Amino acid sequence: MSGRRVVITGLGVVAPTGVGVTEHWESSLSGRIGIAPLPGVEEGAPIGWAGQVAAFDEKEFVASKLLVQTDRWTWFALAATQLALADAALDPAGEDPFDLSVVTASGSGGNAFGQREIQALWSQGSRAVSAYQSIGWFYAASSGQLSIRHQLKGPCGVVVADAAGAIDALAEAARAIRRGTAAVVTGGTEAPLSPYALACQSSEAAVGRTGDYRPFAPDAPGYVPGEGGAILVVEERERARDRGVPTIYAEIAGTASTHDAHHITDPAPGHGQYARAMREAIARAGLTPADIGVVFADGAGDPVRDRQEAAAIAEVFGPRRVPVTVPKTMTGRLCSGGAALDLAWAALSLADGVIPPTVGVADGAAGLDLVTSARTVSGLSAALVVARGSGGFNSAAVLTAA
Amino acid sequence: MRRAVVTGVGVVAPGGVGREEFWNRIVDGKPAIRRVSAFDPSGFRSQIAAEVDFDPAAHGLTPREIRRMDRFAQLAVVCADEAVGDSGLDLAAADRDRMGVSLGSAVGATITLEDEYVVASDRGRHWDVDHRHLQPFLYQALVPSSAATELAVRFGARGPAAVVSTGCTSGIDSIGRALQLIQDGEADVMLAGASDAPISPITVACFDAIRATTPDNDDPEQASRPFDAGRKGFVLGEGAAMLVVEELEHARRRGARVYCEITGYAARANGFHMTGLRPDGYELGEAVADAMRQARLNPEDVGYISAHGSGTKQNDRHETAAYKRALGERARHIPISSIKSVVGHSLGAIGSIEMAACALVLDRGVAPPTANLTTPDPECDLDYTPLVAREVTARHALSAGSGFGGFQSAMVFSKPVFCEPVFSEPVFSAPVSSAPASSTPAPSKLGGVA
Repeated sequence: MSGRRVVITGLGVVAPTGVGVTEHWESSLSGRIGIAPLPGVEEGAPIGWAGQVAAFDEKEFVASKLLVQTDRWTWFALAATQLALADAALDPAGEDPFDLSVVTASGSGGNAFGQREIQALWSQGSRAVSAYQSIGWFYAASSGQLSIRHQLKGPCGVVVADAAGAIDALAEAARAIRRGTAAVVTGGTEAPLSPYALACQSSEAAVGRTGDYRPFAPDAPGYVPGEGGAILVVEERERARDRGVPTIYAEIAGTASTHDAHHITDPAPGHGQYARAMREAIARAGLTPADIGVVFADGAGDPVRDRQEAAAIAEVFGPRRVPVTVPKTMTGRLCSGGAALDLAWAALSLADGVIPPTVGVADGAAGLDLVTSARTVSGLSAALVVARGSGGFNSAAVLTAA
Repeated sequence: MRRAVVTGVGVVAPGGVGREEFWNRIVDGKPAIRRVSAFDPSGFRSQIAAEVDFDPAAHGLTPREIRRMDRFAQLAVVCADEAVGDSGLDLAAADRDRMGVSLGSAVGATITLEDEYVVASDRGRHWDVDHRHLQPFLYQALVPSSAATELAVRFGARGPAAVVSTGCTSGIDSIGRALQLIQDGEADVMLAGASDAPISPITVACFDAIRATTPDNDDPEQASRPFDAGRKGFVLGEGAAMLVVEELEHARRRGARVYCEITGYAARANGFHMTGLRPDGYELGEAVADAMRQARLNPEDVGYISAHGSGTKQNDRHETAAYKRALGERARHIPISSIKSVVGHSLGAIGSIEMAACALVLDRGVAPPTANLTTPDPECDLDYTPLVAREVTARHALSAGSGFGGFQSAMVFSKPVFCEPVFSEPVFSAPVSSAPASSTPAPSKLGGVA
């Protein structure tokens, strides 16, 4: 393995916690919840609440010509990337385009775009289908548009692993940097609130009907879906130092992924593969569990998966009660955007020495040291971010203070 | 650096289910293209496709599996069964914590999503769909990583799993991901490949809308014409290919028969246009050159190229320029072919199908032809192996892919030549370098010797 190390130098957030890293972080630390009733949803609908990006004006970030070619999910990605590049003070125009690339996680793709065009086809005929359907809905649309807009011409990628995907995308970005790429735009966004996407999600057993999302509570009623995500600029460390970046938030010290390989929808009994992902990520970072100062947990929000997660954390960390937080209690679960947002939270935590809170859950739930209000920690040097995807994906990343 | 080899190949392609039927089909150069039978294509501009005649039950899928899986997942599973069987991998003995899944797909479960929407929206009459009319596994259709789960569950693969969805380069990039995971020590065995089943009204309509597919509906078998002056666009296809990709020493230790080593993989983006290509082929040429650098190849070492060859004018010229850029004068002397002339363009899947073809070309010493190449486009002036298969002595095969989003990928497969002793004691029964070649006889319909 090459000695090239990978650091996070820019964050761009478009999430129910706000647009832009400053608003997001202030909102998160104050514990403001961005989950609200879905407008226009009829009573009795299987999903009535969601984490929503309320104050987002796509026209601020996307030219009108491009708006008609792209789905809301890509608008989020375009906005978050613009913000992340500015945060990193990285102007791609001043770089060799082959030194830069983009790797995003994708979940439901451009589902609203797709619904609209299928509707047009079946109600009006094939000539009514937009010329942009072929580039608007598919899972690679965001990476493609980002590559074109910012001239990111190195090895680009798109990874789908449900809610674990953004950690896998980060791992792929790190692999690219270790192989010579200078900087990679990575992360994920999701906009899964079209009527059809909501209907598809209603088949998930763990999804809840209300805005009540309380992971690790003994009576957790399920999760709340949400939209948004985060984009990170990750960069080879020496290069980042040499160009004098404004902030090195954290280093990507280790990542790992496993799969339950048990059942298409149900979690495996026990938590073995989930714990293994955590252990391997920590080991690849050259650390031990004792070095980890906070765990950003997946927080599935249903009792079975929550118990497994608490057990996995207990197994890896032993008798020591490591601080655990689920700030996505403020946003809902954002599918491929969720782990990206957790990575952004973890990076901010390490940079500022503050852990964002888990909102709406009682202290001590599931026997965890759950961080229920923003907590300042001195000497916070490493964070473990974990995520699980529907079907049994387990991914983990260790971020260390730069 | 840890090295990765291909030890198993499974293919489901138009014209035949299974590796050998696929191989015979592409060597015969007989296009498996016909009027669309999956639905009534009247009213569409392009009404033909390369369809797979595929009965999932006949290939061992249970009624439950058939109900819950989209066609693209079914194709992937059947391919993976064949690939794992071909590899001789003893799953019970394998450390499956170290076995992962990398499945490429451009459009995932698009057939299921469209079919279910049509029902739930009452044929597009209602925007707010009635969820009570939907089948139970629709989340698994919405987020296509479910197909990677199907493979992980089926084979008990507990290592890293994901779907790679970079559009039409997905099938190269998914194998590239497997290669990198093995190189970096994150897995020892990867089920790697790609699957797509895009022949549905919405996909046909979306390519109609940008006139990317051919409107030549009258003679389907002659409609896919890569590099031919008479080409009018690509022919939509479906299919899948899965490879067992294994760390070299892992394969040697168990005495596996090795098709080839994955010696180079590179990806670039053109940063130019979601669908348009510049004629200079610069970025694809860069990807090819990088893949060759990793494989330590000079242009004269490349013995075969599996082209992207989609049969659109802009692709064929872009690609021709890329080969000239990366390979110089040598580009004119390498047998190149586009099997899309036979099996159509199955979007993300085709990259893996073409890599499977490369593994078989190296194994069997035959280059399949480009069908329907009767009147070459004067601007496409390389040796595209027209019409008739040819014996080749390739030690290294290169494949290229180009897709929406501007993504360009290239991969090199090399014949297994492992000179240096890896082990101090003989812990494997049969050295791979002397493993018997395939028992499949070379086809009789051959042209000249390259």
